[in-house]
Amino acid sequence: MVPLSYYLVLSAILFACGVTGFLIKRNIITIFMSIELMLNGVNLSFVAFAAKWHALSGHVFVFFVMVVAAAEAAVGLAIIIALFRTRETLNIDQVNLLKL
Amino acid sequence: MLHLILFSVFALICVAGAVNLLLQSHPINSALSLVVVMGSLAVEYLLLGAEFVAAVQVIVYAGAIMVLFVFVIMLLNAGEEEHTQGSRVSWLLGIPGVLAVTVMVCWALLRSESGSVALGGVPQTDKAFGGARDVSQLLFHQFLLPFEVTSILVLIAIMGAVVLAARPESESRRQS
Repeated sequence: MVPLSYYLVLSAILFACGVTGFLIKRNIITIFMSIELMLNGVNLSFVAFAAKWHALSGHVFVFFVMVVAAAEAAVGLAIIIALFRTRETLNIDQVNLLKL
Repeated sequence: MLHLILFSVFALICVAGAVNLLLQSHPINSALSLVVVMGSLAVEYLLLGAEFVAAVQVIVYAGAIMVLFVFVIMLLNAGEEEHTQGSRVSWLLGIPGVLAVTVMVCWALLRSESGSVALGGVPQTDKAFGGARDVSQLLFHQFLLPFEVTSILVLIAIMGAVVLAARPESESRRQS
């Protein structure tokens, strides 16, 4: 029997890797992939808690998170394409119009 | 025991993929290591008895979303990322913060294992739990309204993607 906390620790490590990638990466596509990694970490803890308390609604929430992630990926990648068309770069340091 | 071994092996693969995502400088390598992470997460879901979620994880995440990513990387011909001033600041401030929070969370979770508020183990059931039938019965009764709302969300996302990625009117007219 695997303790529940092991699953939660794995989920926390995945989330931390996602946050780290979000902070240190400069390529906008890699930053986007780090966000997907964070969503995956959260999904794992949803499924682990669902298995622990035998509550299926955890699985339904994972399903919704996946749908939102798919929608987010489609819109986000379209934004990246539009950005690349106007700025000719994928480096977020050069995309700073909204910066003070 | 077998569960613990399988869990450990695939957890290690998962963390290795996630760390490799951070270390690689070319986005296509990061994308492929993200596929590894998602595949091993699907195995973890299977260990937890979530058959439907594991199948959807492979089809939607490792399949559809990652194909979208790889497609965009190749379409934009993304190269190695360059290091700038901004990344140095985030290295100095972000990494210690993230590490501190992670160590604290992991320590609290693992310490609770021996304390009075122990979370305990995940029970292994013989009968299928979280198959497509069980999940869909819940999804189409109790969660019917959220399900319909997400379908509208996906529709809006498709339209938004088409509008955003389409060539501007003036540009396409100039080319034709």
